[in-house]
Amino acid sequence: MKAYDDLVFKSDVSYSKTHEWAKKDGNIVRVGVDDYAQGALGDIVYVELPDVGDTVKANAACGSLESTKAVSDLNSPVSGKVVAVNEALEDSPDLVNTSPYDEGWTFEVEVADSKDFDAMMKVDAYKDFVKNLEN
Amino acid sequence: MSQSRYPGTRGLAFKEPLLWERAHEGRIGISIPEQDVPESKLDASLTGPAPKLPDLSEVDVIRHYTRLSSWNFGVDTGMYPLGSCTMKYNPKINEAVASLPGFANIHPLMPESCLQGALKLMYELEQDLLKMTGMKAASLQPSAGAQGELAGILMIHAYHSHKGKQRSKMIMPTTAHGTNPASAALCGYTPVPVELNKDGVVTPEAIREVMDEDTAGIMLTNPNTLGIFENHVAEISKIIHDKGGLVYGDGANMNALMGYVDVHKMGVDVLHFNVHKTLSTPHGGGGPGAGPVVVNETLEPFLPVPRVKKEGDRYSLCFDAPLTIGRLQAFFGNFAILVRALAYTRTMGHMLKDATEIAVLNANYIKAGLKGYYNLPYPQASLHEVIFNDATQQKNGVTTLDIAKRLIDCGYHPPTVYFPLVVDGALMIEPTETESKADLDGFIEAMRAIAKEAETNPELVKDTPQNTMVSRPDETLAARQLILKGE
Amino acid sequence: MRYLSHTPEELRSMLDAIGVKDISGLFDSIPKEVRLDAPIDIKPRTEWELRREFEAMANANCPAVAFLGAGAYEHHVPAHIPYVAGRSEFLTSYTPYQPEVSQGTLQAIFEFQTMTANLLGMEVANASMYDGANAFAEAALMTFRLKRKTERIAYSRLNHPHYVETMQTYFRPSGFEAVELPILPNGRTDFSKIPDGVSAIIVQSPNFAGVIEDLEAASKAAKEKGVLLVVSFTEAMAWGLLKNPGSCGADIVCGEGSSFGIPLNVGGPGLGFLTCSKKNVRSITGRLVGETTDKNGNRSFVLTLAAREQHIRREKADSNICTNSGHNALTAAMYMATAGSRGLRAIAQLNHDKAAYLKAGLEKAGFKPLFDAPFFNEFAMKAPAGFEKRHEELVKKGFVAGLDLGRYYPEYKGAWLFCATEVHTREQIDAFLKEVA
Repeated sequence: MKAYDDLVFKSDVSYSKTHEWAKKDGNIVRVGVDDYAQGALGDIVYVELPDVGDTVKANAACGSLESTKAVSDLNSPVSGKVVAVNEALEDSPDLVNTSPYDEGWTFEVEVADSKDFDAMMKVDAYKDFVKNLEN
Repeated sequence: MSQSRYPGTRGLAFKEPLLWERAHEGRIGISIPEQDVPESKLDASLTGPAPKLPDLSEVDVIRHYTRLSSWNFGVDTGMYPLGSCTMKYNPKINEAVASLPGFANIHPLMPESCLQGALKLMYELEQDLLKMTGMKAASLQPSAGAQGELAGILMIHAYHSHKGKQRSKMIMPTTAHGTNPASAALCGYTPVPVELNKDGVVTPEAIREVMDEDTAGIMLTNPNTLGIFENHVAEISKIIHDKGGLVYGDGANMNALMGYVDVHKMGVDVLHFNVHKTLSTPHGGGGPGAGPVVVNETLEPFLPVPRVKKEGDRYSLCFDAPLTIGRLQAFFGNFAILVRALAYTRTMGHMLKDATEIAVLNANYIKAGLKGYYNLPYPQASLHEVIFNDATQQKNGVTTLDIAKRLIDCGYHPPTVYFPLVVDGALMIEPTETESKADLDGFIEAMRAIAKEAETNPELVKDTPQNTMVSRPDETLAARQLILKGE
Repeated sequence: MRYLSHTPEELRSMLDAIGVKDISGLFDSIPKEVRLDAPIDIKPRTEWELRREFEAMANANCPAVAFLGAGAYEHHVPAHIPYVAGRSEFLTSYTPYQPEVSQGTLQAIFEFQTMTANLLGMEVANASMYDGANAFAEAALMTFRLKRKTERIAYSRLNHPHYVETMQTYFRPSGFEAVELPILPNGRTDFSKIPDGVSAIIVQSPNFAGVIEDLEAASKAAKEKGVLLVVSFTEAMAWGLLKNPGSCGADIVCGEGSSFGIPLNVGGPGLGFLTCSKKNVRSITGRLVGETTDKNGNRSFVLTLAAREQHIRREKADSNICTNSGHNALTAAMYMATAGSRGLRAIAQLNHDKAAYLKAGLEKAGFKPLFDAPFFNEFAMKAPAGFEKRHEELVKKGFVAGLDLGRYYPEYKGAWLFCATEVHTREQIDAFLKEVA
C-alpha cells in the first residue's frame, strides 16, 4: 500500500467514499478506481465489469476487482445506463494498477442528470478524506 | 541456526518433470487382463481416438510420484501447527482397518443383507458422536465439513419453511470461517455480522440488538477462531430460541471441547464435525473428509437421507422421512473416511478428553513461550489455538508472510496466516495434542530466533524460504496467465 | 496413550511455564452450565481389540460376485497405486496453501487437471468436487451463473436418480427448478422438446440404463434452443472408448471418477470431476492449480483464482466447498498415468466385451433387452417372470444379479440393470449364467 505522500490525486475528476473516480463529459460519466484503491488492493488479476446496457445504481456494486488474496466491489458512483466498458482490462487487468486514471478506466455510464455526480467529493475534500483514513 | 532444537531442513530432493515430459511412446504401466471373451465392436460413430494420456511404465509412475511426494510436508514429516485445521497425527491402524477387503471391496447397492457390517459401523459411529455431544440424532451423509454446514443450514431452512414462515437473515460473528457466510448465502440467508467485544467474544447484548423474527438463527463457532470460548453461549442460544430462531454450532474447533462440553446444554440445535480435524482422519492434501452432523429433537425430522436404522440385530437404510432435506451425495457418506473416524473414537474412548486437554495445554505452552516476542492481540484465556500477529515485526518491514516462510527453513509447516480477518496479519497457531514437548520447544525456539532476525537481519527473513525446491512462486502471474492445463 | 507423548515431569514443567496449577485450570473459561456431566461413555480399545472388532464388522459384509454398476464400478486397482498414493507426504498434508511445502500435491493436481481435461475433451478441469452427485449439482448451479436470468434447468430422466436428488437438495432453498426430459423407446433421451427458459440440458452418458446417448444430437438441440449442454457421467472408464463429450459439443462436463484406482468402499468417498471451457473458468467452483514461476525463475505451481472461493469471497462465493476429494484426485491421476492412452483404451474395450458377453448369455437364459440402443459396460434387461425371488436365492449363492430398475422407475418394473467390467472373468460369468438359466 502506498504512503499518503506517494498517492497521485487528479484535480479534473471527482471522488467517491469507496475510492472510485468519475469524470463527466456531457451526459456520459467515465468511472475508474483511484490510486489509493489500486494500491490497497495490490496486483489486480481480474476485473469483472458490468455489461453494456446494464442499469447501475449510484453507490451500489456493479462489478468486482480481484487480486490474488482479496476481492472488492466495483461501485458506480452514479445511476444510469452502462454505455461502454474498458475491454482492454480483460487481457490486461494490471492497467488498473499502472494507469488507474487513464488506461485503467472501467466503464462509462449515461446519466439522466448530474445530481449523483455533483454529490461526489472534489479533490481537496477527498485528500482530507483519505488523510483521515490513514490516521 | 545449526545448534538448535528445531529440526531445520537440508533435503534429498530430486528434480522431476511433468508426467508427459517423462513419457515415452509405447510404454505401458498397467497389466491388461486376458481377453477371455470375444471382442465386441461398438459402432465407429460412437468411439473416438484413444484419450490423450502419457505412456509410462510402472517404474516411471513410482519414481515420479515418490519424488513429488518428497516436495510435500505432512504431519508425518513434522509439526504442522495450522490454526483451525487441527493437523493431529493420523493413526496408522485407522488406515489398516479402512482397507480391510470386507469394507473396501463392497458395492454400495448390494442387498442390505450383504451390508450389515457397513451399516453397523455407521450406526455405531453415530452413537459415539451422540455420546460425545449429548445430542439426539446424527447423520454421516455430509462429504466434508462445509457440506455438513450446508446440511445444517438446509435443515434450519426446512424447519422455518415447515413452520410456515421463512426468514431472511442469519447472524454470524466476524470471526467466522468463510464457509459460514457462503453456506448461509446458498440457502438464501443474508449474513448479519456481529462484532466481538474487547474480550474476544460475542455478547448477549450484541445478539439481542440484531436478533428478530426475520432472522433464522445464528452460526457460532465455539471456541471461536481466536481460540476463545464463547462463554455466553447458553444465554445467546436462549435469545435466539426466544425469537423462534435456531442455533448452528460450527464444530471446526471441537478438538478443544471433547469430554468437557455438552453441546446440547450450549443450546445448539445442529453441529457438524470435521472428522479430518477432530477425529484424526488424514487430510490427503485437501480431502476427502467427512462432515457428520448431530442434531437435537427439533431438527431430527429434517436430517438428510438415508438414515441408518437398527431393529434388533438388523441394520437398514431408511428413506422414509417426509421432512428430510434430501440427499447430499451419491451413496451413504464418505464411508472409508468414516471407518477411520470410528477407529479413532474407539481407540481413544473416554480418553478423547485427554486429547483435548493436551491440545489446550500445548497451545497455551506456545502462548507462554512466545509472549513478549510477538504481539498477542487477545491475551485472554484461550483454548486449543493462539493468535499472534506481526505488529512488532512490521516495524522492521517483516510481515506475517515472511515469518511463515522463514519457519519452513526451520523445519516447520507455517501456521494459518491472515486469518481470522479480525486480526491484522494474524498468525494462528494450533499445535494439537500429538506434538511432544521437544517439538514444541523447538518451534518456540525457532519463532524466537525469527523474531530476533526480524530485528537484526530483516532482509534475510524476507528472502526465505531458502532450502525448498521453489521459493515464493508468483501468484499474480499465475492468476493473470492462467495456465491450468499442460499438454 | 500412545499418540500422546508428555511424561508426568514434562506436564508439570509445562504447567509451571504457563503458570497454572493443573490442566483443568486451562478450562476455567467454560461455564459449569454447559459442561458434560460424566466421562464420554466409550471404552478405549487396544490395537488388538480394535482390529478384531473391525474385522468382525468387515466380515459381516458378505463378499459376492456382483454384476452391479449404477454409479459405482468395480475395476482392477494396480498394486502400486495405493502403495505410492499412501505415502504419508501425500496423505497427511493439508490443502496446499503454502506452495513451497506442497509442490508435490500441486504438481500432481496440475497433472490431474490436465489428464482429466484431455480425457473429457475439455479446456479446464478443477481440482475435484466431493463426488459425481455433488459435481452434478454444482454444474447445474453453474449454468444459472452463465445464463443469467434463468431459474430452470432441464435434465434427462435417465440421469442417475441420486444425482438428481442431490441437485434438488441444493436447489430447494434457492427456488431453482428442474424439469425432466423424457426417454425415447430406444432408451435415449428425447431432446426434441426442450422447454423454454431453461439454462441448460443435463444428460448423462452412458445413461442410468447403460445406454450411450447421442451427445452430438444433444449438442445440436441445445444450440438450436440457445441453452448450454451439460454432460454428466458415472463411469469414467467409458471415455477410454467413447468419443469424448468435449468433442461432441458439451459446455460443461461433470461426473464421477472413482473408477480410476479407487476401491468401491461402500460408495464413498467418490471423486467429482467438473470441467468447462476456458472462457467460463470464473464460473467454475472448487480449487484450481495454475502454473507460474518462483522468484528464481523455476517452474512452480500454486492455487489460483482463489478469490472465487469462500475463504476470500465469503457470502458472495458461488459455492461453500473447501475440502474436496484431493487424495482421490491424486489416485485417479496415478491411474490415468499408469494406464496411459493405450492401456485405458484396451481396458475400456474389455469392459464392453465382458458386458456384451454377459448380455448375450442372459438373452440365452430368457432375458430380453429393455432398449436396443448401444451400451458400454452396463445394460438393462427384462427378466423372466419370478426373477425377483430368484435374485434373492442367487445372493445366497454368492451372486448379485443386477439392480432392480423398478426401484427407481415404475415404468421399467421387471427390468434389471447389469454391469460387467474387466474384473469379471469368463469363468465367473459362465458360472453365474449357469445358475440363472
